[in-house]
Amino acid sequence: MPAKRTAAAAGPVPAPSPPTIPSSSTTTAAAAPASSSSSSLSSGPKTLTTNSSVLDIAHTVWQQYLATTPQRTLLLDAFMGFLVLVGGVQFLYCVLAGNYPFNAFLSGFSAAVGQFVLTASLRMQTSPSSAAAAAVLTPSGIRAFADYIFGSLILHFFCINFIN
Amino acid sequence: MAESPLNVLLKGNTGRNTRGLLRIIILGTIAAAAVSSRLFSVIRFESIIHEFDPWFNFRATKYLVQHGFYSFWDWFDDRTWHPLGRVTGGTLYPGLMVTSGVIYHILRFLTIPVDIRNICVLLAPGFSGLTALAMYFLTCEMSTSPSAGLLAAAFMGIVPGYISRSVAGSYDNEAIAIFLLVFTFFLWIKAVKNGSIMWGALTALFYGYMVSAWGGYVFITNLIPLHVFVLLCMGRYSSRIYISYTTWYALGTLASMQIPFVGFLPIRNSDHMSALGIFGLLQLVAFADFVRGFIPGKHFQRLLTTMIIVVFGAAFVGLVVLTVSGVIAPWSGRFYSLWDTGYAKIHIPIIASVSEHQPTAWPAFFFDLNFLIWLFPAGVYMCFRDLKDEHVFVIIYSVLASYFAGVMVRLMLTLTPIVCVAAALALSTILDTYVLASPGPNPKAKAVEDTSSEPLRSARKPDVGVTSYLSKLVVTSSAIIYLLLFVAHCTWVTSNAYSSPSVVLASRMPDGSQHIIDDYREAYYWLRQNTPHNAKVMSWWDYGYQIGGMADRPTLVDNNTWNNTHIATVGKAMSSREEVSYPILRQHDVDYVLVVFGGLLGYSGDDINKFLWMVRIAEGIWPDEVKERDFFTARGEYRVDDQATPTMRNSLMYKMSYYNYHTMFQGGQAVDRVRGAKLPAEGPQLSTLEEAFTSENWIIRIYKVKDLDNLNRDHSNAVAFDRGHKRKRATKKKGPRVLRTE
Repeated sequence: MPAKRTAAAAGPVPAPSPPTIPSSSTTTAAAAPASSSSSSLSSGPKTLTTNSSVLDIAHTVWQQYLATTPQRTLLLDAFMGFLVLVGGVQFLYCVLAGNYPFNAFLSGFSAAVGQFVLTASLRMQTSPSSAAAAAVLTPSGIRAFADYIFGSLILHFFCINFIN
Repeated sequence: MAESPLNVLLKGNTGRNTRGLLRIIILGTIAAAAVSSRLFSVIRFESIIHEFDPWFNFRATKYLVQHGFYSFWDWFDDRTWHPLGRVTGGTLYPGLMVTSGVIYHILRFLTIPVDIRNICVLLAPGFSGLTALAMYFLTCEMSTSPSAGLLAAAFMGIVPGYISRSVAGSYDNEAIAIFLLVFTFFLWIKAVKNGSIMWGALTALFYGYMVSAWGGYVFITNLIPLHVFVLLCMGRYSSRIYISYTTWYALGTLASMQIPFVGFLPIRNSDHMSALGIFGLLQLVAFADFVRGFIPGKHFQRLLTTMIIVVFGAAFVGLVVLTVSGVIAPWSGRFYSLWDTGYAKIHIPIIASVSEHQPTAWPAFFFDLNFLIWLFPAGVYMCFRDLKDEHVFVIIYSVLASYFAGVMVRLMLTLTPIVCVAAALALSTILDTYVLASPGPNPKAKAVEDTSSEPLRSARKPDVGVTSYLSKLVVTSSAIIYLLLFVAHCTWVTSNAYSSPSVVLASRMPDGSQHIIDDYREAYYWLRQNTPHNAKVMSWWDYGYQIGGMADRPTLVDNNTWNNTHIATVGKAMSSREEVSYPILRQHDVDYVLVVFGGLLGYSGDDINKFLWMVRIAEGIWPDEVKERDFFTARGEYRVDDQATPTMRNSLMYKMSYYNYHTMFQGGQAVDRVRGAKLPAEGPQLSTLEEAFTSENWIIRIYKVKDLDNLNRDHSNAVAFDRGHKRKRATKKKGPRVLRTE
């Protein structure tokens, strides 16, 4: 009975999270093959300028992405995709199987989300598209990486402390 | 002239070092001034904890120091809220206690034996020095002029709006929270400017510290997302914003969830939803920005705006739906009372009854901020002039905080920092324009050079007007006069209004010497020394923390007003007839009842003046048994003299306050000096309580609850018998039906 009550009370809890989930999944649509949502988002004005179909645009975006992104950044993107996958699986588990150790779910989930945004930040700071310098080992690149490690350490400290 | 030693000292590399040194000295002096102006109460009275809430914090700190951190974390306090108890470790903000505990242990480690009480008393002044420093950093981010930061630090150090909560001895959460607030904002601005994970993570860390220290962290939780949102709407998205905000949110939310009292609130409570929503929105915007790199379209701006509106609308609808369906906890009552000032008065009397939740009176703004309040709009205008990201922050902060400060007195505290920033910006612009205009022998040419960095002013005013010695003299001297007046005002306010411990009262004798009225401590020490360790003391909740802290006796209700019903029970016991109250007292194991009575001394903060709140809160739970209307006369007056209503005169509070009071005035008529009322010649009779102690000036009166009568009579009969009345006459009195409780 108590277990049931907890489950019932906490059941709807993940509901507030959806804004995070779809957003992060749409974000990685760039890292993963471009999904239909991204193509539809970008297609609206695009079709006005170039008279091509939605799939075509998505395809060109994807091709361009593969062509222009350097290897290191692709690695970061793959990691981000993996994090989204981990977060998605945890969320799915929470929805389907219940969120009984809620602390554990939260810390696992937020570890994935937090690591994702940290990696995205690192990517923004180091990727050649934002900073013209292509070399990763510039002072700013090293600094960004040090920051990244600092942030990750704090993140995982809190997660482990919270996991119970 | 240019080669004079002064100029050598003030220019070039040496000049920079000199200025740096000067700046450090000035900041040190400001910090010293901030600390010392808060010491009035220690000098006038003694090193003592003030008011009400600090007594609990002090008690909790002592517990922490004695029993260690882990047992503090798990502390279940069975000496408050009798018979319920309170899970103290999980229902407080531990930041304050942990801070002073850490300081205590560091000092012990350095073999400086300091009493924990002195640490607690001096914590707030110490942190005010740090606040001034943090203010300097924050303002330096806003302005290129070095004087703005120093001015802001000086303002923050002595402004009464902040002193009101941080004099020595007011050991409350705000003591460290304001420092953390200002410093968190400084780190946030720094993060937005630099766009580095490190600053974002530091912001999150200090945010976490702030969460552990004060419930006002919600202000940060909403202000930072709002700042980001406004920047997005202005089309100023950049990777810097993404990096700083997402880092702050991801780490800060986790950090805030480490505090047991906050727990899962950040994902359940509506107060925190805006931060989450902006977090999601930022992901979308970042993604859109990312995609833009691949689409060379000019329609992108429109696409971005559409996306923002669509997603934000969807999130808002989702939020509303979730709130209505009860998934997310509805906005807390205190929050509602922020938007609708009448809300609390109608729905939650317990919130409305707290004096610091009252709306602010207009003079209070001038009283607490003096001339800063009219420099404030000017400073905000300065921010509009060069509208960088950090200036947007100042504008949003000032708009929000002005509103909140108008709603609740205590939120004046959150307004104060931004007023100091804005006023310092305005004043430093004025001073820079006029003072620096012509240091050289050729005023006009020099002025053009120097004021060229001030495009607007130099464009508007003819050089002759600004740089003439007359206008300089007038403006500078008037600014200095205002500053001096400000200092005088601050000192006066601090010394007269904010330095009273309110545990010890002071009055002036006719010859001007000070007379200390120490009734509170007299009564609490009487309780401590003359009653059993477990004697339960019932009083109105205001005095709960003090009884717990000073008398060390269990209380029924205290200032942590988490259980309205329990408070209403006490209110009912106080406002009902003895026959009704006695069973309540017995059921709650009450041994002593404590009331505060200021009638003899003219002390207006006494229980009779607070009585209507007790009635209202009790009426909220038992509308049939307690009615506020019954305490007013037919003409709607609240009276205590012989015109008082029967309900009033039979209430336990009235009886306890005025019991035996007329014996003080032999022959003459008893007078209540607070309410200026002449009391009836015959005082009230008490049958179920007996007077145990009355302090020197009658401020505190303690009554002992009588045990059941040995002969199984009810108490009114027993009292009547003792007085020698016949039994028959005694039963003629209003016959109580149910007296025995067992």
